[in-house]
Amino acid sequence: MIRLPLILLFSTFLFSVGIYGVLARRNAVMVLMAIELMLNAVNLNLIGFSAALQDVSGQIFALFVIAVAAAEVGIGLAIVILLFRNRASINVDEADLLKW
Amino acid sequence: MTAQEYAFLVVAVIGGLAAVAVVTARNVVHAALYLVVALACIGVTFLLVGAEFVGWTQILIYVGAIVILFLFGLMLTKAPIGRDTLDHLPQNRIVGGVVSVLVFLGLAGLMLRVWPMDSTPASQQVLGSTAVVGESLFRDYVLPFEVVSFLLLAALIGAIVLARKDEGPA
Repeated sequence: MIRLPLILLFSTFLFSVGIYGVLARRNAVMVLMAIELMLNAVNLNLIGFSAALQDVSGQIFALFVIAVAAAEVGIGLAIVILLFRNRASINVDEADLLKW
Repeated sequence: MTAQEYAFLVVAVIGGLAAVAVVTARNVVHAALYLVVALACIGVTFLLVGAEFVGWTQILIYVGAIVILFLFGLMLTKAPIGRDTLDHLPQNRIVGGVVSVLVFLGLAGLMLRVWPMDSTPASQQVLGSTAVVGESLFRDYVLPFEVVSFLLLAALIGAIVLARKDEGPA
């Protein structure tokens, strides 16, 4: 048995690291990797609560999150490749056409 | 402390360090390889709490497929392999560090207040074998399952349409 707060702390740490990655890195692929870390922190919470509450639903939700994350990475990398083809750069600060 | 908790602490420390290495690595390919370590540690954590099916799914899909996809993305965009020339903005790093530390302290304080270290119920029996997960998935969650499969199909077609080269009017 693993106590729930330990799992919650680990997942909170991973989420904060993901936030740092999204805010500090400017490479689009690195930003996507940091988003993956944050999604995994959410999964960890779902699994931890599923074990603590003896309810299998949390694990089903974690499976759905994994599937949606796979779709997100596929689309995200396609957009990054398109961005690189059109602009020859994957700096997320330069992709500001819709900003103003 | 049980033996499982010691194992969890070891895995969590390795995974946490790998996660920090992912977001601070100068070399983008190294970051993708650190991501493998972090995701594998999370998968091992799933196995430790008894979520056997989700744990192996995590290792198969994340370590096997998603990281490979990231490496493909890096190769196709000729992202500065080697030292990353994009990340020379110290103010981004300061703001990101401050925000992430604040988020960590706030969330951790909130969670430890609601679920203190000593008074939480710990799981007794192992739950999460493939049989249990499959039964629940195909009995209670069939419709969301079908919707997710449709979403994956749409994402697949969308990624192909986005990433292929336009050669004249189609």
